[in-house]
Amino acid sequence: MSLTREINFTLNGSPVKVTVPVTMNTLTLLREQLNLTGTKYGCGEGECGACTILMDGVSVNACLMFAVDCDGRQLTTVEGLLTDCDSDPLRNAFVEKGGVQCGFCSPGMMMQATHILKQNPNADREQIQRGLEGNLCRCTGYKKIVDAVASVSKHED
Amino acid sequence: MTDIQSYQVPASLAEATAILANGDVSILAGGTDLMLQKNLHGGTLMNIRRLEELHGIQLSGNTIRIGAVTTITKILESPLIEKHLPILHEATNHFASVQIRNAGTIGGNICNASPAGDTLIPLLVLDAQVELASAADTRLIPIADFFIAPGKTSREPGELLTAIHIPQPAEGFVACFEKFGSRPALDISTVSIGIGGILQDSKLQAARVAFGAVAPIPLLAKKTMAAIENQTLDVDGIQTIATAARDEVNPIDDVRASAWYRKELIHNLTRKVLQNVANT
Ligand SMILES: Cc1cc2nc3c(=O)[nH]c(=O)nc-3n(C[C@H](O)[C@H](O)[C@H](O)COP(=O)(O)OP(=O)(O)OC[C@H]3O[C@@H](n4cnc5c(N)ncnc54)[C@H](O)[C@@H]3O)c2cc1C
Ligand code: FES
Ligand code: FES
Repeated sequence: MSLTREINFTLNGSPVKVTVPVTMNTLTLLREQLNLTGTKYGCGEGECGACTILMDGVSVNACLMFAVDCDGRQLTTVEGLLTDCDSDPLRNAFVEKGGVQCGFCSPGMMMQATHILKQNPNADREQIQRGLEGNLCRCTGYKKIVDAVASVSKHED
Repeated sequence: MTDIQSYQVPASLAEATAILANGDVSILAGGTDLMLQKNLHGGTLMNIRRLEELHGIQLSGNTIRIGAVTTITKILESPLIEKHLPILHEATNHFASVQIRNAGTIGGNICNASPAGDTLIPLLVLDAQVELASAADTRLIPIADFFIAPGKTSREPGELLTAIHIPQPAEGFVACFEKFGSRPALDISTVSIGIGGILQDSKLQAARVAFGAVAPIPLLAKKTMAAIENQTLDVDGIQTIATAARDEVNPIDDVRASAWYRKELIHNLTRKVLQNVANT
């Protein structure tokens, strides 16, 4: 048996206490131990961004984060956006602008877009494109995703 | 990743070096390299990511000190780095993706010792020193002496990389970094190059040149540096230096490029960077 450790953290506003193997990644913890399957597994190695979550307010790849390192931190996943009224405009924009096709990349895109707009509510298209560099989409061709994020940015163009 | 027997989160640097003194430790910073290296090399996994003493960027006297667990994002966004060390700022701007920059640390980039590590090239050009602390003492060594082989450094098992010290460049210092890959983001460098020096009378004095991904370690290109010495940066001078650069490197074929292609890239990028420097 591999070594385990009990950790406590805040997940989407609620306290969580779990015991995890010390070498487990946070994506496995979320999907397989906590049954929160909104965060997607695309590559498991930091390339696709489908697993993007917010850790203490900044975006990271859950697949590259040791689950034990969640101890004491605040995590937000795409499920957390559902209960957060501030994110309604972003969610609606993805729908209205056609930023969702198969939907596999969408949770990661929404989380990264949340990060971008939190860092810079006035992000312009170029800043949005650069901010989304770590998120792959096989369907949309990106334009409609950028349109969606740009439509909720305060930047006027 | 099975034989971890203990997980430690030291609360101070003294505690961390005491754990290291007991031997057989895998050090965890951002984890962006470590997570994918399935065979953790030690019985203890030690998480240093929240060690206060290892965070932060300060200018004191003529030295800029960057704590080992400072993230790539913090360096990219630091006005101090942008003002005093624009070549390091530039290298962090084209590093992986936002998510990886938010997690990955400069200490992890250095200790991972990949020949393609993006911060290593500007740090070689800037003649940085690495600060290593053990339970017994602290030493500083030039970063050019730190790399031994891919993934291998002169860090002793009982030592922790605690910070990077970078001398503030002299008046008139100019430097340039170029990373060549197949796409603008999330790309491990096919080759990278950094050149810096003091531009005087169309010559680059006290020049420093470093190349990434063309040797087993990030390379301080001493022959190219010698070729720059007293060479006027006109068309012929730049050509002579670019040829010396191509002759100096001895890259390998791999999935990203052939050895021949890498040598041509080094030649062409050296020429491009020197033209940029000459025009500043
Ligand atoms: C998809 C992807 C893209 C990437 N793109 C780039 C890129 O463009 N450019 C680039 O340079 N790198 C890139 N990397 C590599 C990686 O993100 C960087 O090397 C990063 O800086 C590593 O930092 P970390 O804190 O995550 O290191 P960790 O994974 O925590 O540690 C890396 C190694 O260093 C050791 N270590 C860490 N800190 C210390 C310390 N203070 N003292 C002693 N030993 C220590 C660890 O034990 C481990 O062996 C990429 C990685 C991925 C997965
Ligand atoms: S699953 Fe984490 S980046 Fe692809
Ligand atoms: S909508 Fe299908 S991957 Fe982006």
